[in-house]
Amino acid sequence: MKKKGVGMSCVLHPTGNKGAGDPSQAAIQLKPDGTFALLVGAVDIGQGSNTILRQFAADALGVPIEKILVSNFADDFAPLCLGSFASRVTLIDPHAVVNAVEDLKRRIREWVANEWEANPEDIEFDGETVYLRGDRERRSMTMDQIAAGANFGGGYNPGFLVGTGAWQPAKFHAHDPETGEMPAVGAISFGCCIAEVEVDTETGVVDVTRLVQVWEVGKAVNPLLVRAQINGGLHIGMGYALTESSYPYWPTEDYAPEKLGDYFMPTFLDYPPELIYGIEEVPHPAGVQGAKGFSEGSSNGPPPAIIAAIHDAIGVWIDTYPATPEVILKALEAKKASE
Amino acid sequence: MKQQVLTFILNGEEVAVLVTPTETLLDVLRERLQITGPKRGCDDGECGACTVLLDGEPVRSCLTLALTVEGRTVTTVEGLMVKGELDRLQKAFYERGAFQCGFCTPGMLMVAKSLLAKNPNPSRDEIRSYMAGNLCRCGSYEEIIEAIQAVAAGEY
Amino acid sequence: MTQYVGQAMPRYDGIGQVTGTTKYVDDIVLPGMLYAKCLRSPVHKGIIRHLDLSAAERTPGVVGVLTAQDVPGQNIYGASGDQPVFNPDHIRYKGERIAAVVAVDEDTCMEALEKVKLEIEEQEPVFDMFEAMKPGAPIVRPGTTHNLHEYMPGMTTRVIKLGDVEQGFAEADLIIEGRYQTTQQDHAPIEPHVSVAYLDPANRLVIHTVSQCLYFHLSQLVRVFGLPMSQIRYIGGTIGGGFGGKNDIHADHVAGLAALKFRKPVKYRETRREDLRYSGKRGVFVMEYKTGVKKDGRLVANHIKEYHDTGAYGGFSAYATEKCGMFASGPYWIPNILVEAKTIYTNKVVSISMRGFAIINGQSTMEIQMGKIAEALGMDPWELRFINAWRDGDMGASRYIVRGAGALEAMKKAAELAGVQLPAHLMAMSSRRR
Ligand code: FES
Ligand code: FES
Repeated sequence: MKKKGVGMSCVLHPTGNKGAGDPSQAAIQLKPDGTFALLVGAVDIGQGSNTILRQFAADALGVPIEKILVSNFADDFAPLCLGSFASRVTLIDPHAVVNAVEDLKRRIREWVANEWEANPEDIEFDGETVYLRGDRERRSMTMDQIAAGANFGGGYNPGFLVGTGAWQPAKFHAHDPETGEMPAVGAISFGCCIAEVEVDTETGVVDVTRLVQVWEVGKAVNPLLVRAQINGGLHIGMGYALTESSYPYWPTEDYAPEKLGDYFMPTFLDYPPELIYGIEEVPHPAGVQGAKGFSEGSSNGPPPAIIAAIHDAIGVWIDTYPATPEVILKALEAKKASE
Repeated sequence: MKQQVLTFILNGEEVAVLVTPTETLLDVLRERLQITGPKRGCDDGECGACTVLLDGEPVRSCLTLALTVEGRTVTTVEGLMVKGELDRLQKAFYERGAFQCGFCTPGMLMVAKSLLAKNPNPSRDEIRSYMAGNLCRCGSYEEIIEAIQAVAAGEY
Repeated sequence: MTQYVGQAMPRYDGIGQVTGTTKYVDDIVLPGMLYAKCLRSPVHKGIIRHLDLSAAERTPGVVGVLTAQDVPGQNIYGASGDQPVFNPDHIRYKGERIAAVVAVDEDTCMEALEKVKLEIEEQEPVFDMFEAMKPGAPIVRPGTTHNLHEYMPGMTTRVIKLGDVEQGFAEADLIIEGRYQTTQQDHAPIEPHVSVAYLDPANRLVIHTVSQCLYFHLSQLVRVFGLPMSQIRYIGGTIGGGFGGKNDIHADHVAGLAALKFRKPVKYRETRREDLRYSGKRGVFVMEYKTGVKKDGRLVANHIKEYHDTGAYGGFSAYATEKCGMFASGPYWIPNILVEAKTIYTNKVVSISMRGFAIINGQSTMEIQMGKIAEALGMDPWELRFINAWRDGDMGASRYIVRGAGALEAMKKAAELAGVQLPAHLMAMSSRRR
């Protein structure tokens, strides 16, 4: 018999390393043609870090995004980034980018002030135009002019206009040995998941028929990519909930899977036929424009929502992940025996 | 092992290459011809990342012995662009974010290409079952389905 | 001025992915490139008594072999700095690397590996972490007397406490207990582990890596190679999925050592089988909860006993056990929390980070606990969560202050999207105030 059920979960995901002390760096250079080369250290593991860090740089500079090139190709001159883990990049790296932009602006101010024999404090930015406060008519230069002037010299003083920046949420703080106290965390994002399932009581197979997942991410820097992360985290979450174990006969070690065909990850057919996502924003004071980061979190919510839905369908709580057909059938048997 | 000459049409051009009888089409494409679009995700026929079209039909190049494609036509993701223009599926995948790490994408695109050739207007369920042999650990299934549907609907 | 943050836009480098032109590490094929394959332990635990690689080395096409003796620096890596690149003596898990063969192609490597003479005196392994904690259990780490991680010398339990749980339980109207086990999960990125290494014209070691965290790994690799950081060009940045699995070194050490020894480009890649069987996994957690609640649904105490199986080596596991404990009470204000967390060694593959690392284990179990509590109280599961969800200024287990709380907002939105009608008194709640 097929039994239907629905369940929900509310979960969190902290971003950044616990205890903090996890820095990232960035550098940005004004190229001879007036574009900006942004260099970051974050590894793009598919989440799209290059794309969002470019968005942050465009906002900080106030220039069209097409003017910004970005590279995270790590070699000798790469900025340091502790890594793409702990959902830390969206929280931490934007600060490094913004700091690098501020540093570049300072360098530009100094270069321009030197040309005009003015005070760097009096140099103002308006998008791609730089001007002298109070004398915009006579004293202004476009970014293209500055770029050409500084890089090629000629009638100008030569310059190499590069800004660098770094940031970490806080200095590292260890656990207190007695109380475990560790006040420093980066930010925390929140998720809510609602799963609808169909449990086949003959075979023990669970189908997820509909799934809704919402994440509160501080600021959705790029909703297209946020969506991909919400729907994408479900892959690992569904596998964790229902099918994936590297040791199906744990603890009998020798029967481990050795092909993807015997390690059961969700396929197109296993993904819920109806999949709905949502984004919520509660800006976090520690994030640039409130961004918290969250991407790992979307694996956290589906498992308990699916377990709650199974309970709703067949009246038993499954306490062991994954809820394989074997686990479900045993639970049904135990329930019958106790009745 | 003795090498033999294999001749076939690869992305519209005839190629001739020395291969050994045990080499797979994936080995030949990637290691000998440096056509690295098809990816080696498992080498067991179970992820779909190595999918190419053989005379228009999707096959797992990791399971296809190279010598069996003698005289036949092979299309890889490198052959999808026509005159420097992205294929409609490529455009839709790009604009709609139907990938994350992109490692499964070359395979997904080739299977989708063959699906649309057979069924220009597939339903959601038809897409799901036709694509079911291709795994995406980044979990981009939903976005892939939408991209294919958008192409079918003539949006690209 | 356009505001770009907040706008949906396609990936900056996405054309590469849809045209197949993005270069992943395995796409690199260099002239004269050699390949490596590793000899792995066939047993779960034992002592290597004899290793004879001479026949393997004589196989036509083989350039040479690598063992622990070929490590110019220290034969250790891993987040805890305890894993040998090539195990010279005490095997701790099945599949552990013992040596490598380097040859003109992988088939030749495999042929040569067949000829290795390896004798291991097998010992009794321990797989279950509760067995491993019993007195007299087989010892996973040679030279130690027990299988528990020590957070500080002699300290085998990490305690995290807020308030006073005993007092909390005294105030509670109902106490719910639950015991849960989470799964051992493989990352299975579609891009397997691979590395390409060679020497550049300035005689510096170049490594093309699939690492998710270059500087973490660089600091481990300098130790292995005995080189200053500046002598390694560690090149990476774009990979075919990681999910935490590539926060561990799987291939760079082997490829790098081979390139240093044979002074030729070397590719080392794991097969999918090797990855599934022998690479690090998401470690199993057992979570025991005892949760006290008032009749009106307010949570007043949570006592959590946490057991994390780290496998044969330390990895990031102690960090994970602690982080799990810090957040395992979920996004809820509970004034009295006690976490007692243990990290246990067993003869399994190493536990490493994976998407949702350290957090999924607590969230996925505490939420079942919440379901049981709602059932026991006869309360709507939404209501129970709304009452307890963090508001700004609340405090978590390790005394962090919650800012930007958003659980209520996420739940309201999800209910709306799912078509769940929530009562007005819940919809009126906000994370800004209690
Ligand atoms: S590499 Fe061919 S199916 Fe995976
Ligand atoms: S996009 Fe990463 S596997 Fe599909």
